[in-house]
Amino acid sequence: MALMNKIGYLFKEGFRSVFTHGFMSFASVTILIACLLIMGCFALLAVNINSLISYYESQNEMLAFVDETLSEEQARAIEQHLLAIPNVREVDFISREQAYEDYRNDYGEDEVIFEEIQSDTFRHRYVIYLEDIAFMGETQIDVDQTEGIAETSAMLQIAQGFVRLRNIVSGVSLILVVTLFLVSIFIMSNTVKLTTFSRREEIAIMRMVGATNSFIRTPFIIEGLALGVLGAAAAFFAQWGIYTLVSDSIMSGIAGNLVTVVPYDTLMLPVGGVFLAMGVFVGFFGGGMAIRNYLKV
Amino acid sequence: MVQMINVSKVYENSGTVAAGGIDIEIADGEFAFLVGPSGSGKTTLIKLLTGEVKPTDGEIIVNGFDLGKIKPRKLPYMRRTLGVVFQDFRLIEDKTVYENVAFAMRVVGAGKKEVNKRVPYVLDLVGLDGRENRYPMELSGGEQQRVAIARALVNSPRLIIADEPTGNLDPVKSLELMLLLEKINELGTTILVVTHEKELVNSFSKRVVAIDAGLVVSDGMGGYYSYGIDE
Repeated sequence: MALMNKIGYLFKEGFRSVFTHGFMSFASVTILIACLLIMGCFALLAVNINSLISYYESQNEMLAFVDETLSEEQARAIEQHLLAIPNVREVDFISREQAYEDYRNDYGEDEVIFEEIQSDTFRHRYVIYLEDIAFMGETQIDVDQTEGIAETSAMLQIAQGFVRLRNIVSGVSLILVVTLFLVSIFIMSNTVKLTTFSRREEIAIMRMVGATNSFIRTPFIIEGLALGVLGAAAAFFAQWGIYTLVSDSIMSGIAGNLVTVVPYDTLMLPVGGVFLAMGVFVGFFGGGMAIRNYLKV
Repeated sequence: MVQMINVSKVYENSGTVAAGGIDIEIADGEFAFLVGPSGSGKTTLIKLLTGEVKPTDGEIIVNGFDLGKIKPRKLPYMRRTLGVVFQDFRLIEDKTVYENVAFAMRVVGAGKKEVNKRVPYVLDLVGLDGRENRYPMELSGGEQQRVAIARALVNSPRLIIADEPTGNLDPVKSLELMLLLEKINELGTTILVVTHEKELVNSFSKRVVAIDAGLVVSDGMGGYYSYGIDE
């Protein structure tokens, strides 16, 4: 009962401090929101760029032409061998008749070209989609060595371009997010230090009347946690609003025809989770560590 | 009970000798003044008694705790046997009179029921009945110092150390405050008042320990002037 009484008192004191030191609480929460929003905006931008690159990557295909001496049945039998190659995600068989039809559909307005060309001019072929286009070169060699494949065609340079772009975006966004995370911790820790400095007298009084370090520290940690969770929740909703606003304006504009924005529904959980984790982390350690210096004898 | 046996304190950074072999013993229930000019080592002596600084040499026993050997985690428990009153009151501004006093009880783990019973009694004892819901800023200097005394007294400490408690008060309020401390002493609490106010000390026929340059230069019953200490 005495323990519950004590815990209840410490919680009450922690929450009370949020309101009694209203201005400092407001400053801490505002700074946390700002840091989380800046970090969140960069991270979500990176997620969207990555998603866009992944989409274009998935459209990047490789063609494998079947030996023209093989019948359609024999050509179709190669599919299983191709699917067994590592990094091959999907294959589409295109018969020479289908290839001829596709060709006519693409260039059909110029009928003269087709006077001398018949379907047997074309070869059976496979359109091959890859798991990861970074390994397109290796996969092409494997496909080339498959029995019944006469020749392959792959846009290696374009694939390498995508890979390079993805690596740059991933690297830059990682550096930005880590830098902003460290900056956030630094700013938050200074804000909490400032808050604590203004209350050093209160801490000195607590020590003088015989409070243990844990008794002094606990309300600060509870206060830090409350501010951290509050800041994280506010940042989450603000991020939602900003993201929806920006994505709506992109989708309704010309850019909407070129790009697809990742819906916030799918990002809610990770964004909420990361924000909450950061709020709790900053609140807990900020609150606990900032008063460390004042707890020395 | 306070026992200081050949206590010395040298501040390492500056090399200042704040205490150079002090021997003082204050028995339970005693009322004593500690006097001395500025820079004589009074503040260091208080810090030694409250465990804020450790002695360089010698032995300090306060209410059964050996402060030279005490572990940091045990220090709060030693401080609970003390009540300390400062010249600048050191009250928490955003807590009411009642909360400032109750807070000291909460720190030592007292329950709500106990707090509700004890705090009004102590506030009445120091003459603050009816002022429970005021904030420190709404009180006079004398009243604020009474709150500080109530806070020091609420956990029934064995010893109250008052560091220049009348420094911010006018002579009438100072005298009232000293009478209050005398009353508390009569109820059984040991009182050590650190001051350099000669007239106030001379108004009471109590033990006076005089220090100068980190040494006890006189110790006995009677007035301050008789020992020839001057600021």
